[in-house]
Amino acid sequence: MALLQNNFPTFMQGFGYTLLSSLIALVGSMILGTAFAIMQIVPKKWVRKVGNVYVQVFRNIPLLIITFFFFLVVSKYVKMSGFMSGTIALMLYTSAFIAETVRAGILSIDGGQMEGARANGLSFAQAMQYIILPQAFRVALPSLGNQFINLVKNSSILAFVGGLDLMYQGNMIAANTFETFSTYIIVGILYLIITLPLSYYMQHLERKLKHAA
Amino acid sequence: MSMIEFKNVEKYYGNFHALKNINLKIDEGETVVLIGPSGSGKSTLIRTVNGLEEIQEGQLLVNGFDLHDPKTDMNRIRKNVGMVFQHFNLYNNKSTIENVMLAPRLVLKRDEAENKREAMALLEKVGLADKAANMPSELSGGQKQRAAIARSLAMKPKALLFDEPTSALDPEMIGDVLDVMRDIAKDSSMTMLVVTHEMSFAKAVADRVIFMADGEILEDSSTKEFFENPKEERAKQFLSQVADH
Repeated sequence: MALLQNNFPTFMQGFGYTLLSSLIALVGSMILGTAFAIMQIVPKKWVRKVGNVYVQVFRNIPLLIITFFFFLVVSKYVKMSGFMSGTIALMLYTSAFIAETVRAGILSIDGGQMEGARANGLSFAQAMQYIILPQAFRVALPSLGNQFINLVKNSSILAFVGGLDLMYQGNMIAANTFETFSTYIIVGILYLIITLPLSYYMQHLERKLKHAA
Repeated sequence: MSMIEFKNVEKYYGNFHALKNINLKIDEGETVVLIGPSGSGKSTLIRTVNGLEEIQEGQLLVNGFDLHDPKTDMNRIRKNVGMVFQHFNLYNNKSTIENVMLAPRLVLKRDEAENKREAMALLEKVGLADKAANMPSELSGGQKQRAAIARSLAMKPKALLFDEPTSALDPEMIGDVLDVMRDIAKDSSMTMLVVTHEMSFAKAVADRVIFMADGEILEDSSTKEFFENPKEERAKQFLSQVADH
């Protein structure tokens, strides 16, 4: 308890940065992931190819390597902090998984939905936006929830590049106080404070949307 | 003026020759029924008319636009050509009235109040006014199909395509759907092309009957002539097989 009291501002700063990084990466990876999911199903072959290469690259390289790439290489040309490089890496990495999840969701929707929409006069984009994606997201919701929770936990990668996040601050406190065990217990609980409500919210959303259908 | 015109149209699925040298002219306001054994290319033919299937050779003019021309804007054709499917294809994530209102709102930018008024009027016409707020999953097959017809009509199309609209329905549901289609056919300006196995509907409503087999049009005659005096052996055979019991 004394450990938490004495280092409270530091823990809270870490908590704040983890939350912020997760939030940016979550929104960004949803947008990117959805875009690359759609790219992989459009009729144009070269667009599909680009989408597929993106997903394969970011899905199959360890997150740590992508983070180092931004921190060590990209930051030479574009000035960015450890926090930024970690968050961007996290966003790109997660977006590849979300792209696959959303793509699977889209493919699970009966082809008649798209045909009905196109025959009704809607463009491909309108059919996607109003008919296909809302249904696809509902199908994909359980695995999207998984991705979001993984994302929050994966944000601990920021600690490797001085990202000021919860893991980073935890490392600092543990090194200063030598109370390694208690420190990481507190860090673990703080992660739970983010991830548990997130899981419950996703479950709630699942139930709500089930009734909407 | 002809609304739909096929000129030497050929369609292949890989090596399979699905439509063979199709020549067909359908005038504005005509009601044409397309019949034939399964696998004869009826559905393929009707699906080419709004570009759901591409043709490989020939010319296909719809409302004056050449569908085989890559410069033709398909969305513009589809604004004027509605389609009713065998499996309804209602938007599962939208209520019945939203199904009807969506395309006019997005594509025609119809005023919201007017859109709602017209949608309600159409649902009334197809006997679904009390189901406006229901989701498609809460409708019976016949109700779904009538909702789908209302959705097509909301775009005020010049032509309506029906691809076996009653084939997926329970027998007691078919009558209501056919009644709605009969009403539409009475509207003299609407061009209708209907793939169906409902011979009584064809006899009562069609101006012309097209008989297809193996991707070819074998017979194209007036309804009376086709049913009373079919020329082709295949057509005679088919008619005896589907004869109304």
